[in-house]
Amino acid sequence: MSDTETLTRLSTADADGESVTLTVNGERHALRLAPWVTLLDLLRERLHLTGTKKGCDHGQCGACTVLVDGVRMNSCLQLAVMRDGCEITTVEGLAEGGRLHPVQEAFIEQDAFQCGYCTPGQICSAVGLIREGHAHTAEEIRELMSGNLCRCGAYTNIVAAIEQAMGEQAMGEQPAARGDGR
Amino acid sequence: MNRFGYSRAGDVAGAVRERAANGAAAFIAGGTNLVDLMKENVARPERLIDVTRLPLRGIEEREGGLRLGALATNAEVAYDERVRARYPLLSSAILAGASPQLRNAATTGGNLLQRTRCYYFYDTATPCNKREPGSGCPAREGVNRIHAILGTSEHCIAVHPSDMCVAMAALDATVRVTGEGGERAIPFAEFHRLPGDTPEIDTNLGRDELVTAVDLPAESFPTHYTYLKLRDRLSYAFALVSVAVAMELDGGTIREARLALGGVAHKPWRDREAEALLRGQAPSPELFARVSDATLRDARGFGGNDFKIGLARQAIRRALSQAAAGTPQSQTDKRVQ
Ligand SMILES: Cc1cc2nc3c(=O)[nH]c(=O)nc-3n(C[C@H](O)[C@H](O)[C@H](O)COP(=O)(O)OP(=O)(O)OC[C@H]3O[C@@H](n4cnc5c(N)ncnc54)[C@H](O)[C@@H]3O)c2cc1C
Ligand code: SF4
Ligand code: FES
Ligand code: FES
Repeated sequence: MSDTETLTRLSTADADGESVTLTVNGERHALRLAPWVTLLDLLRERLHLTGTKKGCDHGQCGACTVLVDGVRMNSCLQLAVMRDGCEITTVEGLAEGGRLHPVQEAFIEQDAFQCGYCTPGQICSAVGLIREGHAHTAEEIRELMSGNLCRCGAYTNIVAAIEQAMGEQAMGEQPAARGDGR
Repeated sequence: MNRFGYSRAGDVAGAVRERAANGAAAFIAGGTNLVDLMKENVARPERLIDVTRLPLRGIEEREGGLRLGALATNAEVAYDERVRARYPLLSSAILAGASPQLRNAATTGGNLLQRTRCYYFYDTATPCNKREPGSGCPAREGVNRIHAILGTSEHCIAVHPSDMCVAMAALDATVRVTGEGGERAIPFAEFHRLPGDTPEIDTNLGRDELVTAVDLPAESFPTHYTYLKLRDRLSYAFALVSVAVAMELDGGTIREARLALGGVAHKPWRDREAEALLRGQAPSPELFARVSDATLRDARGFGGNDFKIGLARQAIRRALSQAAAGTPQSQTDKRVQ
């Protein structure tokens, strides 16, 4: 185990749970987890990464969206034990060296939120969408962001923010896209 | 969620053996339906057999068609270049369903076996024959806006919620499964069941059987097809009525035609007699109206879902004309033309 590995043992139920290794925002965690712990609860309750939000807990809102090996998923419906060995990126892991991710910058510049509750999920989802590379028009962005609901109705500015971030990437400010789905 | 054990299957035979040995164990793949049902206490497996590490994720050429591994995700299938070019109906139907995040996790096998979204089935405080055989079906007299209009029984009026399966039914796909007794292939039309007096059984998959793949036949309908899905909002909602059409035209006549409906029955609905009316005919609004009426001749509503009959009647006509014209429904621009 390297120095950066953390051994987290938080409840007796977990002490005899499954051993799971996850890299979260670049940091490796060797964990023992009961199989019913969802990825969302692991992130929020055990690793104290509360940026990822719980909206519905049933796959219906997208507030819990994170990247699993670079692919966006609803963390509320993922059992953490099943993602053993994966790299997880949450909203806390997008900035690099104190510099916000271009999607985060664009959300601020375009004022793409009101209360902010859906925003971490929106941002992770937008990063996933850009990597997937299937959205080219505002209409396609809207459709492929439909898995993220916003109760404040900030949709118009969210689309504008993603268009801005996509434009910056097209001009070569972003590293090459990774394939989706794998 | 109940407490349960967990194991990770290393090979297909091991997964099948473990499931055969424990009737209260369940396979889990993308988890997007099973974890949800477990949170609601509708599903309470004693043990989860994680099949996601099995080598069943590929999409391969086979006898002029394609074999979709049971673990290929819905996104992988929908965006596969061969699927898009040769089976655009399937790609379109998958992209009409769920959300990008869900499609990234959901698998081919899990989509086939997803359970109904009937409100009473989900609510453990109410009776439901599918959840608790013999307890009754409150949907018949209750809130049944999303329920079936075809193939219902006095015991259950639930619908199968999948979009992917409607396209697979139209394409005459085959489901490949492996159980303790070996492998077998189940024609798509025989995979899902009507509720009859055993609504607790959704499919004809054996208790110990694992879905390993779905085979798409060589005939792929790349030009004349459409997937028209009508729902309460334009995206991220289950179908109230959906229609998959696949057609092959020869000059001015329809050589082959398939018509499958979603959101209206306990399985993707095909009516071969009604489809036969299309073969050898020239496409026309009158012909499509006749086929639509024939498909719905036995449709019956339960109050809240009566509107589905009229909606389906129009949707079938529209989908047939979209397919005949070679102008499939866009899943991005939602306008129905
Ligand atoms: C909010 C929401 C909206 C949705 N909207 C739509 C929609 O519009 N259209 C649509 O079609 N779907 C929709 N879905 C459903 C989604 O498509 C399914 O949840 C998904 O396809 C299930 O696949 P999975 O791999 O996650 O299955 P799991 O949840 O892992 O499993 C589902 C079932 O399949 C069984 N199983 C899994 N793999 C196998 C196998 N290889 N062999 C045998 N049994 C197996 C499991 O035991 C379980 O019973 C929606 C889901 C959610 C949560
Ligand atoms: S329609 Fe079927 S699933 Fe719904 S309450 Fe009746 S028996 Fe249960
Ligand atoms: S909290 Fe996961 S989708 Fe709503
Ligand atoms: S900003 Fe409030 S929910 Fe989206």
